[in-house]
Amino acid sequence: MGVTVRLPGVLRDAVGGETKIQASGRTLADVFADIERRHPGFRARILDDTGGIRSYVNVYIGDVDARGAGGLATAVPDDSEVMVIPAMAGG
Amino acid sequence: MKDRAALWMVLDAEQRLDLDGKTILDATSGNTGVALALVCAVRGHRVELCMPDKLSVERKRIAAAFGATLALTDPLAGSDGAILHARRLSQDPAYAYLDQYANPANPLAHEESTGPELWAQTAGRITHLVAGVGTSGTIVGSSRALRPKGVRIVAVQPDDALHGIEGWKHMPSAIRPPIWDERFADDHRTVGTDAAIAMAKRLAREEGIFSGPSGGGAVAAAVEVAREQDGVVVALLADGGERYLSTPLWE
Repeated sequence: MGVTVRLPGVLRDAVGGETKIQASGRTLADVFADIERRHPGFRARILDDTGGIRSYVNVYIGDVDARGAGGLATAVPDDSEVMVIPAMAGG
Repeated sequence: MKDRAALWMVLDAEQRLDLDGKTILDATSGNTGVALALVCAVRGHRVELCMPDKLSVERKRIAAAFGATLALTDPLAGSDGAILHARRLSQDPAYAYLDQYANPANPLAHEESTGPELWAQTAGRITHLVAGVGTSGTIVGSSRALRPKGVRIVAVQPDDALHGIEGWKHMPSAIRPPIWDERFADDHRTVGTDAAIAMAKRLAREEGIFSGPSGGGAVAAAVEVAREQDGVVVALLADGGERYLSTPLWE
């Protein structure tokens, strides 16, 4: 059992060229740790120096914004979809 | 700032196109969208804006309050995804696609208003203009007005493809706006999101200026320029802090 993690194109290089990967973990922190094991350096792209989610990165578990639901401690149910969305834009 | 580009583009479309029964269309990350919604409300046009879903709610709500219809696009595809969606919709003749990234009326707004106003307001003392690059309309248009007068143009981009300076483009990783031409700037710099946010906070607490990350980024670059060179350095702040109240920026 696991979860699907969808990433923006700008993070593709951090996970070996994919924008959709499978991962496992009970919490968001576990899921990111699982990805970090396979793709060292991934967490540094989306977490800040204090270990929290960067202020300009939004993480959704399904339709729930993780920031308001417990941050990295938010539970990630099996088979759910995690989306990592940068707050970037232009124009 | 963005109201100028929006006004110029809509007035230009009224001149060039038969807008009767048509819906004005554009892709926008937000601030130009708000401006287009405002201008279209006043000019009596329907407007549809393509913007990425799951970004901060303020701009979406303000644009909707002005009567705009929003087409929310895949958040993972970012502003480029919104552009591609607008291009697809624009095949339908019911739409008049403004395409702020390619529309000459966008830089023309700044050539005819922003540039001359900065010259007049500084009584010709301005030596450097510092602005972020989004569509690049501000840089390109202001450059046309000010460079012939000897003003150095400083263009600023985010330092990384993954950034939080809303409204700015990291050109190496984004769809390049057709109006953009690096030669309009004398100096190209980058600013990190953390530095931009830190400066936005300083501006609020030390200067009483409530800006967003892009305003902070422009001032951070301007401070760098002012440390290196003498002169009157002007930074353009195109965003207000109120539009980020739902984000962690001010927590």
